[in-house]
Amino acid sequence: MAQAVPAGQKWWSGGKSPFNVEYGKLMMWYFLMSDAFTFGAFLISYGTIRFSSNSWPDPNVVFRSFPIVGEMKIPLAFVSLMTFILIMSSVTMVLAVGAGHNNDKKGVMKWMFFTIIGGLAFLGCQAWEWTHLHAEGAWWGRNPFHNINGSEASTNFTNFFFTITGFHGFHVFSGVIINIIMLIMTWRGVFEQRGHYLMIEKAGLYWHFVDLVWVFVFTCFYLL
Amino acid sequence: MSNEATLHGHAGIDTSHDIGHGEHDVHHHKETFITKYVFSQDHKMICKQFLITGMIWAILGGAMSVLFRLQLGYPDSTFPWLEDILGKWAKGGKIEPEAYYALVTMHGTVLVFFVLTGGLSGTFANFLIPLQIGARDMASPFLNMLSYWFFWLASVVILCSLFLETGPASGGWTSYPPLSALGGASEGSKAGMDFWIIGMALFVVSSLLGGLNYITTILNMRTKGMSMTRLPLTIWALFFTAILGVLSFPVLLSGLILLLFDRHAGTSFYLSDIFIASTNTALPNEGGSAILFQHLFWFLGHPEVYIIILPAMGLVSEVMSVNARKPIFGYMAMIGSLFAIAILAFLVWAHHMFVTGLNPFLGSVFVLLTLLIAVPSAIKVFNWLTTLWKGNIRFTPAMLFAIGFVSLFISGGLTGIWLGNSTLDIHLHDTLFVVAHFHIVMGVSAFFGMFCGIYHWFPKMYGRYLNNTMAYIHFWVTLAGAYLIFWPMHYEGLAGMPRRYLDTSGWHSFNNFIGLNRFISTVAMIVFAVQIMFVFNFFYSIFKGRRVTTQNPWGANTLEWTTPIHAGHGNWPGEIPEVHRWAYDYAKDGREFIQQTEPISASESKH
Repeated sequence: MAQAVPAGQKWWSGGKSPFNVEYGKLMMWYFLMSDAFTFGAFLISYGTIRFSSNSWPDPNVVFRSFPIVGEMKIPLAFVSLMTFILIMSSVTMVLAVGAGHNNDKKGVMKWMFFTIIGGLAFLGCQAWEWTHLHAEGAWWGRNPFHNINGSEASTNFTNFFFTITGFHGFHVFSGVIINIIMLIMTWRGVFEQRGHYLMIEKAGLYWHFVDLVWVFVFTCFYLL
Repeated sequence: MSNEATLHGHAGIDTSHDIGHGEHDVHHHKETFITKYVFSQDHKMICKQFLITGMIWAILGGAMSVLFRLQLGYPDSTFPWLEDILGKWAKGGKIEPEAYYALVTMHGTVLVFFVLTGGLSGTFANFLIPLQIGARDMASPFLNMLSYWFFWLASVVILCSLFLETGPASGGWTSYPPLSALGGASEGSKAGMDFWIIGMALFVVSSLLGGLNYITTILNMRTKGMSMTRLPLTIWALFFTAILGVLSFPVLLSGLILLLFDRHAGTSFYLSDIFIASTNTALPNEGGSAILFQHLFWFLGHPEVYIIILPAMGLVSEVMSVNARKPIFGYMAMIGSLFAIAILAFLVWAHHMFVTGLNPFLGSVFVLLTLLIAVPSAIKVFNWLTTLWKGNIRFTPAMLFAIGFVSLFISGGLTGIWLGNSTLDIHLHDTLFVVAHFHIVMGVSAFFGMFCGIYHWFPKMYGRYLNNTMAYIHFWVTLAGAYLIFWPMHYEGLAGMPRRYLDTSGWHSFNNFIGLNRFISTVAMIVFAVQIMFVFNFFYSIFKGRRVTTQNPWGANTLEWTTPIHAGHGNWPGEIPEVHRWAYDYAKDGREFIQQTEPISASESKH
């Protein structure tokens, strides 16, 4: 991307993109802003309801299981693994975009493959966690967990948990689908023919956004 | 990869306008009926699709208001023909309460979203953005087409809901829970509510796809020389409208998703401590908050009224300058005030909630922010008036509607200052005063902006003029009618008459309004009839109207009038013209108008 831009270039005078990007990337940025408002609305709703409640279940108690091992002494171990997987998939996505800049088809394919694996692994973890919670009696409208102060909890702990992590999971799922399409297009040489891997960059923007949202979801549901 | 490769790799970006879309002129696409009229990717055709769908909705939504005005004007009479069209919803010729609420709800939903958002923004953003900024088409014609078809799907879902056994949604266009969340609470909260939610979700998708396109097209696809400060005000208005839509509709979507869960998954997001009297059941839900929905709804709902009014403001500014044969007064102030309105739009939503038990201190903050909107609004009004001042005004139908818009916007805006005060709102909330206020300031005003746009750009859309005689009748009857309908409603509201009641004859204090109510209903029917005449004029003129013979019939400066009378897909047959000046060089250096494409000559004075 290192071609010099002429000094004194009038970016806003028309006839060119003021941000030096093609329309699709600009569109993706605005879409992500819009999507940020969707998640923002969910999380603020969650905050409103949570802070208007007298007490709330303790995430350290609710989320302390691990597959095979069962109940763990260390809370949040499993969700930490999930988060690690998702963040690693962001790293591989960065590498895929980087390979795209070098027009390295093989590199793009390799790193996209790992990104997809990461996404699928995350979804698998989420499926396990949901199944486990469901087996414990948690679902939309059902909350077996008690508040941290020992009182009976309203169902809104599980209501918000399943709705918001579900909505996020749906985004991850869409991202995986998009990434698979990108992988196939790369494999078939579509981008090689175009001479650039811009589509990988746009898919990357979306993927990083979904990761970023998870950081907030993770904080709100598991840490606070 | 170099910047150049990035930019030129894709069709339709920056300087590659000509490269990207230039092929349109060279060889014509093979167009079938399907690709030309149905799944068209030409922004001009998509504009017409939005406009005509919007008109169908406007007729339906308007007819609903006629039906419930009949009930309000003649609460004791029966009209047997009502049973013929409404069936069990009007047994014995009298509208059932459920049907009345459904009519009021769907009237609001249809007019606010499907006519004045989809029909107004969809039409003019699609038509004017590429034509006025000098682009072959939208940034993504494909997503633009999808935007219309999601709108169409949303329309179909809402239309189907009218024919449900239990009727359409009937909890008001705001769909407040708990009523909207509990199927047991009313007929309209059963399947009709689900249809409403699904229809609205599809509408949000449509609005998002459209909005993303409008924003990126305006930013990225302007022709050479078209800097942001040379854009016509229509484009600025549509730009801010699109941003408002992209940032506020997702919040409604979140709110609706939570509502859907409350309805079907046993959650309690909005529900707590509820006893339904009609079925004599206590519900187990606890911990939720009905007020939460109101916050989510009005975070969209308030920007939504600006989504409705900003395009109208843009159209009016442009048409007014063209027909006053004068530059728009205070161009930069117009942009600044649009910007200020767009920002404030997100900061005032709780003024709809003053009587929900909102903390009075918080209320006072929202009062302040709400009243601040009066400043940019007043700047705009003064600029319109000073544009008219000493102008060489041509009273074309479009111009009349533009002037009518300003009149209505002032009249309706002033009562906004009343309602923005939380103390006054305690008395006025949920009365006909509110109904009168928002119908004048955003309902009828936005319609006037829309009519102004239709009369002005119809020749560009169809290559023919609308009939002037019908246009003048349309204008005067609608203007007089709007005031005759809504002015008296202010008095009724001040006297405490509640909105959404199907019969107020049970209160002695309101009996002196019986005559007035009849009067309002009568005028409403006359005005509705005149709108039907407009629709006739519209369709008649498409086929039989007087032909446009010159490229630039209004003597306007903007780029759309440099295209051929019947422009093909791609808009300009040759190169896209370059722009050398702003859009408002009227009455300059003794010349009536100077088009944007004309280079600035050495002898020219500065403006």
